[in-house]
Amino acid sequence: MKAAVPFVDRMRETARIRWSDFAFVGIFVVLILISSLVSETFFTSRNLINISRQIVTNGLISIGMLVVILTGGVDLSVGSTVALCGIMATGLQKQMPMPAAILVALVAGIAVGTANGFFIARFKLQPFIVTLATMGVVRGVTYVFSETPQTPVDPAFRALLGGGFIGPVPTASVIMVICFFVIWVFLNRTIPGRAVVAIGGNEEAVRLAGINVKGHLLLAYILCGFFAAMAGVLLSSRLGIAQPSFGAGFELDAIAAVVIGGGILGGGGGGAIGTFWGVLILGVIDNLLNQYNVQSYYQQIIKGLIILAAVLSRRKK
Amino acid sequence: MSSDCFLSMQSIYKRFGGTVALRDVSMSASIGEIHALVGENGAGKSTLMNVLSGAVTPDSGRIVIGGAPVTMSTPHQANRLGIRAVHQEFSLVPHLTIAENILMGRLPNSGGLWVHWRQARSQARTILSGLGFTALDARTRVSRLSVSHQQVVEIAKALAEKPRILILDEPSAVLSKDELALLFSLIRRLKAEGTLVLYISHRLEEVFEIADRITVLRDGEVVGTVPTVSVSQDDLIRMMVGRSVEEIYPRRSVPPGEEVLCVEDLGREGEFQKVTFSVRRGEVVGMFGLVGSGRTAVARSIFGAEPATSGRISVQGKPVRLRSPRDAVNAGVSLVTEDRKRDGLVMSCSVRDNVSLASLPRMGHGMFLDTARQTVLVQEKVDALAVRTAALGRSVRTLSGGNQQKVVLAKWLLSQPKVLLLDEPTRGVDIGAKVEIYHLINSLVETGVGVLLISSEMPEVLGMSDRILVMREGRLVGNLDRAEANEEILLQRAAGVINSGGQT
Repeated sequence: MKAAVPFVDRMRETARIRWSDFAFVGIFVVLILISSLVSETFFTSRNLINISRQIVTNGLISIGMLVVILTGGVDLSVGSTVALCGIMATGLQKQMPMPAAILVALVAGIAVGTANGFFIARFKLQPFIVTLATMGVVRGVTYVFSETPQTPVDPAFRALLGGGFIGPVPTASVIMVICFFVIWVFLNRTIPGRAVVAIGGNEEAVRLAGINVKGHLLLAYILCGFFAAMAGVLLSSRLGIAQPSFGAGFELDAIAAVVIGGGILGGGGGGAIGTFWGVLILGVIDNLLNQYNVQSYYQQIIKGLIILAAVLSRRKK
Repeated sequence: MSSDCFLSMQSIYKRFGGTVALRDVSMSASIGEIHALVGENGAGKSTLMNVLSGAVTPDSGRIVIGGAPVTMSTPHQANRLGIRAVHQEFSLVPHLTIAENILMGRLPNSGGLWVHWRQARSQARTILSGLGFTALDARTRVSRLSVSHQQVVEIAKALAEKPRILILDEPSAVLSKDELALLFSLIRRLKAEGTLVLYISHRLEEVFEIADRITVLRDGEVVGTVPTVSVSQDDLIRMMVGRSVEEIYPRRSVPPGEEVLCVEDLGREGEFQKVTFSVRRGEVVGMFGLVGSGRTAVARSIFGAEPATSGRISVQGKPVRLRSPRDAVNAGVSLVTEDRKRDGLVMSCSVRDNVSLASLPRMGHGMFLDTARQTVLVQEKVDALAVRTAALGRSVRTLSGGNQQKVVLAKWLLSQPKVLLLDEPTRGVDIGAKVEIYHLINSLVETGVGVLLISSEMPEVLGMSDRILVMREGRLVGNLDRAEANEEILLQRAAGVINSGGQT
């Protein structure tokens, strides 16, 4: 059936897409050009591997953030969840086998997401406020769990995940790309995924269509917590240490990636592919500025301006 | 310049992307005239009025007011020229008071800093009482008002600075009969004081009652301007749709069968109580009532959107408990809500997504969506309803009002309901699309669906229904056969007026 749809019809379906929807591709190409001009080391395989590793943390968090933003919400607690789950996955290796420690960390992320989703869906509280509260609570719990940095006991933790390779590609990057694919399938090809996308557009219409809105909201925040937990595990595995102070401000980078990729705070726009580009763009910018030893203050200024430009290019007349 | 051509719009053109909204539109109107603008949805009425109120800049053309050509590129400029518009969508700030909304941008103050609240309130009160609404407290927050009172505030806002040209875009949609009468007397007073009133409405009855002259638009062009006294409703419809509408309310040939929906002693605290009625297979039961009579609340509680607090509901003879829309959809009950923008459509999503929304579980293997099957099912309904869209992937935002309403209907037809609750299904829809919707209701009914048709338009209720229920103040006050009902009886029941002798 699908193949029978003529190409022209498919073109017509997408005819409404404006050039500005592809702004992120343009920005990326420009960035790559600049990079190759100003930096001799940019296109070395060492540097490219570096970038692909560094974007994993923001990539995974952004996947969860995308789902939440699509429902019309936001999750500010992801940075704290990264810290909690990183330190759990690392620290718990003293008491249990490494895979079990990772599992506990992931469950902890799901628990944070469940708490967020429960308060937001059940009591109709504002996501901003609820996740602002859990952001503080989870950060506190992290410090209660461990005030000091934790180093992994099991050497396989670093070797397999953060330091491992599949062919020439870092394992962590492969995991991230798979996650992006999975979330694309979820959002575009599954029934709960379509419901999530619709909720951000008009929650009441979705409820009146006989769809369980609360359940889908809960699901969205659980996914967000889960991906943040994965990000925490992989980050501590890459660095070989977990700090209770990890992840401060990570929520902003994730929101930025989603928004650069076409996401709209409040729902009604955004997707997996766009978010992927958003993550790449932010990753390349960080890399470039780091190579030039630009102070992190300037990095923040430049990132902020790029977010503004992305939003401006897509604004309605 | 002579006063019989106070406003003249000449050769106005306007394109939106690929569609021509206005093509060589010229019209003129004079001071002290009530000039109606009619036409199907998408005919260009609202665009033309947006041009006049500065919200839309035309591609070419001239506007002459009082003999002088004017340029308007912002609503602010239009305001300064004395042009005021009351749009279908309200421009009120809900959490501010009535007074603040009415006097938005010109609160009485000293030095541009200190607000004189007492003066503001008394100014607002003066305007409101001029409208006949002395009971409204200017200190009330707008969010606490009913929709019809919000409409009143919107009109008051337009009148705060005496306009030379007042544009009313579908002002009657949310007004009750009494409120409409008040509005009409106000419009006549403005006319007498030398204001030009431009009145847009779908309801031809109103247009005939209030307008001096009527300009008809079709497909972005002017069909003609006629004095009201020289045309009949049929003439006007023919001008609007370009063809004669023989039967606005088509007949059905199927006799009703067994009960599909039975409602007993249904009640919801503070909204309605002891509502008992039934709908049979192949039957259209009309429900008439004034704004606030509880008719919408009854439909929403049957659908489980705001569940009933007492009473029983059974579908096809089986008692059901409908505590959420999900329960209702599973039981075969569907509701087309009265406000498609607010709770009927997901504007950011495509036609395909919107039509699928209530039938998603049927469109997949387990959790996964079968997009090919989805497309086939959606296309079938889109074709059956003749929804005019370039592609299923188009956002519903790009569709006209009538086509948006068809998308809502397609969504519920796809869910294969046994009982279809329709709350104002033709609100804000042009006559051509209305007739299509009536035909659709009939073909549904002929397949054995039971329909509850809620409407505030009496001709619609009388024309479409087999039986008619009348609601007043949360109670069912009439259950009439089509043969014994007429407009007068319905209104008496709905308003609670007992007509004795020849008095009205």
